[in-house]
Amino acid sequence: MPAFLLYLVHTLFPPDTRQPTELGADFMILVTGIGIVFILTRYQKWRWLWREWLTTVDHKRIAIMYLIAAIAMLFRGGVDALMLRTNLALPNVRPIGALEYNEVFTTHGTIMIFFMAMPFIFALFNAVIPLQIGSRDVAFPRLNAMSYWLFAFGAILFNISFVIGGSPNAGWTGYPPLTEVAFNPGPGESYYFLSLLIAGIGTTITGINFLVTIIRMRAPGMTLMRMPMFVWSVLTTSALIIFAFPPLTVALALSLLDRTFGSSFFTLGHGGMPMMYVNLFWLFGHPEVYIVILPAFGIFSEVVPTFSKKRLFGYTTMVISLVSIMFLAYGTWVHHFFTMGAGPTVNAFFGLSTMLIAIPTGVKIFNWIFTMWGGRIRITVAMLYQMAFIPTFVVGGATGIMLSVVPADYQLHNSYWVVAHFHNVLIGGTVFGLLSGLYYWWPKMFGFILNERQGKVAFWLFVIGFWVTFLPQYLLGLEGMTRRMYTYPFGFGWHELNLISTLGAFIMGAGFLALVYNIVWSLRYGERDLTGDPWNGRTLEWSLPSPAPEYNFARIPVVHGVDEFWAMKESGDTLANHLRPQDVKTLELPKNTGMPFMLGLSFFVGGFGMTFLWWPIAIFGGLGVVACLLYAAFDYNDKKHLPADVIRHTERSWGRLQA
Amino acid sequence: MQRVRSSRRALRMLALAALGIGLLVSGCGPQYVLLHPKGPVGLSELHLMEFAAIAMAVIILVVFVLFGIAVVRFRDYPGNPNPYTPHWHSHKWLETLWFIIPAVILAVIAVPTVNVTYALAKLPPTKDPVVINVTSLNWKWLFEYPNQKVATVNYLYIPVGKPVLFHLTADSPMNTFWVPSLGGMEYTMPGRVLPLWLEASKPGVYWGHSGQFSGIDFEKMFFHVHAVTESKFTAWTHRLRSSAPPMTLAAYHQLLRFNTVGSESYSSFPASTWPSVSHGFTLSGGMYLLKSNNPNPTAQH
Ligand code: HEM
Ligand SMILES: [Cu+2]
Repeated sequence: MPAFLLYLVHTLFPPDTRQPTELGADFMILVTGIGIVFILTRYQKWRWLWREWLTTVDHKRIAIMYLIAAIAMLFRGGVDALMLRTNLALPNVRPIGALEYNEVFTTHGTIMIFFMAMPFIFALFNAVIPLQIGSRDVAFPRLNAMSYWLFAFGAILFNISFVIGGSPNAGWTGYPPLTEVAFNPGPGESYYFLSLLIAGIGTTITGINFLVTIIRMRAPGMTLMRMPMFVWSVLTTSALIIFAFPPLTVALALSLLDRTFGSSFFTLGHGGMPMMYVNLFWLFGHPEVYIVILPAFGIFSEVVPTFSKKRLFGYTTMVISLVSIMFLAYGTWVHHFFTMGAGPTVNAFFGLSTMLIAIPTGVKIFNWIFTMWGGRIRITVAMLYQMAFIPTFVVGGATGIMLSVVPADYQLHNSYWVVAHFHNVLIGGTVFGLLSGLYYWWPKMFGFILNERQGKVAFWLFVIGFWVTFLPQYLLGLEGMTRRMYTYPFGFGWHELNLISTLGAFIMGAGFLALVYNIVWSLRYGERDLTGDPWNGRTLEWSLPSPAPEYNFARIPVVHGVDEFWAMKESGDTLANHLRPQDVKTLELPKNTGMPFMLGLSFFVGGFGMTFLWWPIAIFGGLGVVACLLYAAFDYNDKKHLPADVIRHTERSWGRLQA
Repeated sequence: MQRVRSSRRALRMLALAALGIGLLVSGCGPQYVLLHPKGPVGLSELHLMEFAAIAMAVIILVVFVLFGIAVVRFRDYPGNPNPYTPHWHSHKWLETLWFIIPAVILAVIAVPTVNVTYALAKLPPTKDPVVINVTSLNWKWLFEYPNQKVATVNYLYIPVGKPVLFHLTADSPMNTFWVPSLGGMEYTMPGRVLPLWLEASKPGVYWGHSGQFSGIDFEKMFFHVHAVTESKFTAWTHRLRSSAPPMTLAAYHQLLRFNTVGSESYSSFPASTWPSVSHGFTLSGGMYLLKSNNPNPTAQH
């Protein structure tokens, strides 16, 4: 028995998980865990948690759960980033060693893309799309909950690697042969493959769900060309997800087979080929960067008209450019490996296709500027992020163009220039967009407004911190510093810029703290949103009270044009003041279910078992998956009725019902 | 009043930005290796980079100016004299122009991009190159001179003014072979041999580094390129052949161990260390051979 325990401790907590940072993380997790359990027990909230949240299929609640996860992961990824930058502040001074540094940059990248950006965009999909298209829910509410729990348990599986068994350490791209057992014996890379596979299933389902929702569930009269631009962006994003995630799934699954069963898809023996992985990964990877930027484009296309008090300029060209980006995004992936010897013809082709995709992007920038032109711009936090986005993103796009110039990329590839480029577009584009959307739709999600003054403090810290961090990194690229070095020698002239960059990272860290303070403060003291339309909005979600009731619309609106709610307000005919009692009918709504949670849990157990090659546990988890799916297939009791009286009562309490 | 204040603030910001950029650019000392290429490949890559940067500066400027004007003129304050046109939402010619502006600028970049891409894929026709076979190992560089019959580890000599054709492969996870002073990088991949040519036009010692992360001691994968006159280069190869030890297969297997080493020189090398067919699966699989006697990579730190 003690031998078994010893084995267990040694496998789960090998030496490299017993360093100060890991032990610190262990301690934090333990304390937080005990704290949460204590509070839930003390206030008898377990049942509430299960009934109201863990089993919910309401898109608005799922949105909130995505958001909480995304902010938690932003914290984790941000701490990772500060550890990385601290290590690079001075030459040859390294608080953490190479092994740990490699784990931290791997988890940083993976978490920020898959477990921060993705759930953050899904939070806004869920919070906004059904309301904007005038629908009561998404097309498949249960699938929606399944998506969430697959994502959540994938994220948990990935995160426990830091303290149990050791984290992956081959970069967020996970190229073989470095991920092979011969070079990477611990469980880390298996964690990486399995958690991304599990979360990836959830993501693919989300793509399908929102594509169907947008195509099938729009309110009467809302033709495609009357949809709000955010809806268009989600439509194109969903299409991208559906075709981009399969190559990733294949790449990860085959790598996993190579690792666990000794097959050789990407290993050298028996005719395997590492470069095939690289192709598959970027066949996913390039569309992925557009998956996270298109929703940000959509958000800005809502924020700019609202705060410029003017209709979106160039609706048709906005749609054309979204759709062409969607198609072109599949045709550029080779630009991530121009230097893998594909030859000049292939490289020239993909260089040009990459430049091509910048044209529709440029069109959008001009259209936003001309939406502001002739408007009346109110500087709110949401608008500030947009105003920081335009200059920042243009610079990021320009440096991307320079990377698409093939011979220049030969020099810049894998240097800090690339690091600066993608942070420039990911932070300046995606993160600014998501934060803009967060401030904009927060009242709709929670019923109160985030304090604007504090929000502006956080904004300035973020933006200034961003530029101080990443401008020097372009120059480091020109100085020949390559990415993913855990330290660097003195004498290359790299130290000054690195120190500045680290400084900037801490300014951004302060910005994050200000954001959290802003949220916590406003939770308590924030101004309530009693009208449901705090920004003088233009689209249907603002026609509802904040937060929207469970059924969203007591009566589904009929749409006559773009910016329907604006038109209603102009004609004085909002939904709120012409709903009559007899218009309200009893509604059928989806019923809560614990199945998605159990399904995610089963995947987690199975994934954990496979990571450590403990087959009984893996098989147990697999059986759990099958059981959940069978249960789901034969559970016909999935609807509940919401009586008309209850709805009338709710509407009346908002003053939205005629006598 | 507010308008004046905000435009003054904008001016101040602009001045600050100009100062900052000036400071940064004036720092373009020799440590900016990409901006001070020492050979024709790096030079033509730099020219293209500068050309693209100028074209991009044009579009950045256009956007910044339009955006700045929009923000300054159309702020929402009482008595703003500028026209408010809430229903103006499309303009056929303007929107067509949005497509044309970036398209023209990109076309201007695209032409030289294609030309230089093809140009750099070929060795200059008249000169016969020095051939060097490069193998990246965990975590060191092996350089073999098939014509001179010598080999080195972590440093190499090349003659000035003569193109050098590198054949790149790996007996390890992937790396990239990069000497920023001379020109761009190319991957070293197990099971494949990729070509890259570079040339030094000035004598000197240039550092190189791997660009692709390859494991725990990746950071230490620096090497030095000594660009010397042709006669010095020949003398160097003679010296190596007469005084350096030969590389045996056993010595090569020592190099396959997962560790770092200093510079090493050899008067010969076994033919079997280099794959005979490229684009095939001809490597001996050496990278997997020594699994058992490798020190545990996790214990290395
Ligand atoms: C004008 C638009 C853009 C162009 C022309 C462009 C071009 C490129 C090129 C050529 C590379 C490869 C560089 C190399 O590895 O040598 C690259 C890398 C990258 N880009 Fe962009 N890009 C653009 C926009 C974006 C956007 C919008 C995002 C995401 C929001 C993005 C995210 C990334 C990422 C994450 C990488 C590198 C990933 C890695 O190697 O780890 N890019 N870009
Ligand atoms: Cu890409």
